Amino acid sequence: MLVPSVNASPIVIDRLVKRYKSVTAVDGISFAVGAGSCAALLGGNGAGKTTTISTIMGLVEPTEGAVTVLGAAMPRQRHRVLHRINFESPYVNMPMRLTVRQNLNVFGMLYGCDDVAGRIRTLAEEFDMHAFLDRETGKLSSGQKTRVALAKSLINQPEILLLDEPTASLDPDTADWVRGRLERYRHERGATILLASHNMNEVERLCDRVIMLKTGRIEDDDTPARLVARYGRSNLEEVFLDIARGTGEAREAAR
Amino acid sequence: MTQQSPDHVAFSPRRVGAMVLRHWYLLSSSWPRVLDLIYWPAVQMLMWGFLQQYVSQNSGFFMKAAGTFIGAVMLWDILFRGQLGFSISFLEEMYARNLGNLMMSPLRPAEFVAALMIQSMIRLAIGMVPVSLLAIAFFGFNLWGLGLALAVFFLNLLLTSWAIGILVAGILLRHGLGAENMAWSFMFLFLPLTCVYYPVDVLPGWLQVFAWMLPPTYVFEGMRALIVEHVFRADLMIQSFGLNAVWFAGGVMGFLLFLRSARREGTLLQGGD
Repeated sequence: MLVPSVNASPIVIDRLVKRYKSVTAVDGISFAVGAGSCAALLGGNGAGKTTTISTIMGLVEPTEGAVTVLGAAMPRQRHRVLHRINFESPYVNMPMRLTVRQNLNVFGMLYGCDDVAGRIRTLAEEFDMHAFLDRETGKLSSGQKTRVALAKSLINQPEILLLDEPTASLDPDTADWVRGRLERYRHERGATILLASHNMNEVERLCDRVIMLKTGRIEDDDTPARLVARYGRSNLEEVFLDIARGTGEAREAAR
Repeated sequence: MTQQSPDHVAFSPRRVGAMVLRHWYLLSSSWPRVLDLIYWPAVQMLMWGFLQQYVSQNSGFFMKAAGTFIGAVMLWDILFRGQLGFSISFLEEMYARNLGNLMMSPLRPAEFVAALMIQSMIRLAIGMVPVSLLAIAFFGFNLWGLGLALAVFFLNLLLTSWAIGILVAGILLRHGLGAENMAWSFMFLFLPLTCVYYPVDVLPGWLQVFAWMLPPTYVFEGMRALIVEHVFRADLMIQSFGLNAVWFAGGVMGFLLFLRSARREGTLLQGGD
């Protein structure tokens, strides 16, 4: 398993447990994500990916264990660090009646950007949004909305970027474009990225580490290439299926 | 690496301004929303105004107390629309599925609440100013003629409306849109108990105890004293302010408890039913 130095890690999860009444969504997981790296949380529905990301963002209070982000204990000290984090998810929207420029202006102010207008100009350039900058957000195509959501997630040039299914429901071309932008941002800014995804191609392309979750526990944790080799499979999707279906004989053999 | 203002930890007026701006963008781009703010207060005022005109032709008391109905309905609208303006601004975030964005941003709960209060005043002004002018034109009732008393009535009613609005926002955070009806109906419990259209001594004795626990009761009694007896009851207003302090603190405490519970139960991202 990969064990980055905990002290240098912007995200540290220590024996995290999250229970909702009788349901255990996350069951004692620990990991740290190194600065400037890109890690993926993989797992089927109900594996605990969204709950884990929500605790990192301070939206969910752990039942047990600790979540530390940029040195702040979440969710208690979240206001010390929330301006240095951002996220993108298809499960939240931006106000539909507002234009793209208005939305970015509001979020730029919320995140404390000094020159919001300048930042919007830069993002419009980077994400090719000039043509629809003054159009209502609700009237954009899916691909355009994703670009806007991504622009919002980068408005404060975050040190940590959390992504929940960043390319869900996008056509392959737009999805590829989004991945390219994310890669560029990470390399230019040295940002740390943690993403939850079901798209194995995306994970293999973007991430240097994969944390496999199943029913709230970490089943495996390694680079995509080493996971594929260890399970004796040809790609990450087959490894995912092995773990999801509990057919991990290849893994045992590899050990 | 990030350009940041130094105020990311403390209460930030800029973030409050961002939220007010967000709702201003919404209102200014949607004329049906603006029309809705004026429509119901205007309909209510006209109905009660004409009823008062009819009753005053047949009753010596109401001739003397001209304006009690129309004054009451307009003060009631300040209370009701103040809370509704607060709650609808909050609901707009849920309808837009934007609450997750806000909860994960540096926006602090106190800033969010402050922005909702300002928004409630803006919505109230859009609705009530034209309606108050209509009341002058149709019935010769000048709400603005109440002068300083109006300012005291207004402040007391607004404080109660915010206290309820804050509590309802907490319930919505915890229980999602399934609790939406609370936003629309909570204040109607106040309608009979705060004695908007009749004096408190009309109520049975045991119910009067509850009525006097509600800050708006003092305002409506004070309004009647001013219109009927031409006396400004400062004692009633001071008691109303005192009770409002308790109600407001209760509303904030309730909101914080619901917010904490929402973090425990993981309902901040859901917002659904």
